[in-house]
Amino acid sequence: MSRALAKGLVNSLALLVVSTFLCYWISSVALDPRAYYEDRTPRPSAAVVNAQLTALGLDPGMPVTDRFAHWARRALHGDLGRTLDGTSVNAEFGRRVGVTARLLVAGTVVGTVLGVLAGVWAATRRGRLPDRALTLFSFAVLSVPPFVLGLLLQTGALSVNDAAGRTVIRYTGESTPGLKGGPLTQVGDSAVHLVLPTLSVALGAIAMYSRYQRGSTLDVLGSDHLRTAHAKGLTPGRALLRHGLRTSLIPLTAFFSFGFLTLFTGAVFTEKIYGWHGMGSWFVESVQKGDVNAAVAVEVFSAALVLLAGLVAELLHRALDPRVRRA
Amino acid sequence: MRYGHGGPPARRLVRAPGAVAGAALLIALFLLAFVGPRISGWGYADVDYSALHRPPGGGHWFGTNRIGQDVFAQCARGLQKSLLIGALAAFFATGLGAVVGVCAGYFGGWADRLLMLCVDLMLVVPAFLVLVVLAPRLRGLGWLAYAGLIAAFGWMVTARAVRAMTRSLKERQFVLVARHMGVGPGMVIRRHILPHMASFLVTDATVAVAGAVISETGLSYFGFGVQPPDVSLGTLIADSADVPTTYPWMFWFPAGLLVLLVLAFHLIGDALRGALDPAGEAAAADLAGSGA
Repeated sequence: MSRALAKGLVNSLALLVVSTFLCYWISSVALDPRAYYEDRTPRPSAAVVNAQLTALGLDPGMPVTDRFAHWARRALHGDLGRTLDGTSVNAEFGRRVGVTARLLVAGTVVGTVLGVLAGVWAATRRGRLPDRALTLFSFAVLSVPPFVLGLLLQTGALSVNDAAGRTVIRYTGESTPGLKGGPLTQVGDSAVHLVLPTLSVALGAIAMYSRYQRGSTLDVLGSDHLRTAHAKGLTPGRALLRHGLRTSLIPLTAFFSFGFLTLFTGAVFTEKIYGWHGMGSWFVESVQKGDVNAAVAVEVFSAALVLLAGLVAELLHRALDPRVRRA
Repeated sequence: MRYGHGGPPARRLVRAPGAVAGAALLIALFLLAFVGPRISGWGYADVDYSALHRPPGGGHWFGTNRIGQDVFAQCARGLQKSLLIGALAAFFATGLGAVVGVCAGYFGGWADRLLMLCVDLMLVVPAFLVLVVLAPRLRGLGWLAYAGLIAAFGWMVTARAVRAMTRSLKERQFVLVARHMGVGPGMVIRRHILPHMASFLVTDATVAVAGAVISETGLSYFGFGVQPPDVSLGTLIADSADVPTTYPWMFWFPAGLLVLLVLAFHLIGDALRGALDPAGEAAAADLAGSGA
């Protein structure tokens, strides 16, 4: 078992290295950091701009492979370079990663759990009202692009607040600025701010996972071992929970890492819309500025997360399916 | 030929309410996008100085924006873009996925390993982030270049599914017979393998349109895609986003049309899957489309 897992880990690391190079190469070629300095007044001379870029490791005269080698050597020692305005990418990374992690973890947990439950529920009531309602819901949600979903939820919250005459749902930023009170108030305030962004990220996941879970549950419902469980006297609900759920979750693990990528993309929009200062909004701002080092940091972060999600999916698969463990 | 429940595919399709609704929706959107502006009489760049922030009604069906541009004409222009970019991107993505998948599955060995390595790599590289980085560079090539760009980052899941199907088809008797009779690989693939996955490819491409539309409008929403003075549904929504409650028509019309467009392709895709492939072996198809 551990050998196969180790092989997977080595494979993932190799993929991460190659994709890091690709990201660096694409970003270096496509982004233009020069404009960031040249737009200043008074306009700095070309020599000054070149000196600045060279100091950041972005010397346009150097081939991209050399720049990458230089960057990678420092990155291996844990230094991701500096942003265009000279602050450390590491520091900014550290400030922002928690914000995104909170959103991603909340979104993944809510999305997977509710999606699986909804899928099982719909499958057991196949063709009846709950099933049809859920199908309609997933079609509707999957048809709403993430940024429209975020804006819709925001508009909805605004009208709720208007109707109530006070701010019931807070949705801008990660917390209320200048809020006074103990740690309990602070945590409660963050939680309230988390509601709408989490929904924006999780609704799509719920829709997607519930579709797959519904399908795989239907496959299991017709299986012999479930019929045997019924025959020995288990109620349909118990039989499904004890003998069906585990089997039906196995195909879902294959979608987990891909689903996570969708979730991350959704989070980029969500952060921008709700004014969260996370990795996604940092990325958008960096690309607008032409900040290569910062953009690459977010790209590598995203690639690493996707690989991590793949490993988690692999572990889940092993935990659920004894045949894989023995093989 | 024998058919399962519900008769031949064409009849099953006509009977499916989702297919009828999706097709009707698509035709309506198509007409609105390409015929609508001719009837309404306003171009997407025309400015009506006498009507700033005018609500819908009268001469401006969907109202006007901050500087007096007709929202209907702009929505129609955005829809045209989304339809064309979406359809082209889906066509290229499914085509590329099919070629890569068939080659990997049919030839096996090194070709398989190399191609699947590319697929794995492309799945790890964060597609949307790279789109964001690359899109501004392609401005000079015109907005159709976005179709190629979106397709270049959206073919991997299709390739995997096609590879799996090819590997199982390759062992089937009619393929074995053809190969032993000396038919070349190109001919076997064209005659015996591709026809067997045509239904999957059609479904896959349909759902991929929805994904491509979401990608294009998302890019434009951030300002990395279609540039002013030209418009996309994404830029229209971005323009209205800070004023959705003050001037609701500026948000609801483009957002509503965008959702309806994506919904139409999802509905048609789902109905096609049901009609062409009742066993549902192509469950991976809508994965390809749901990624933004």
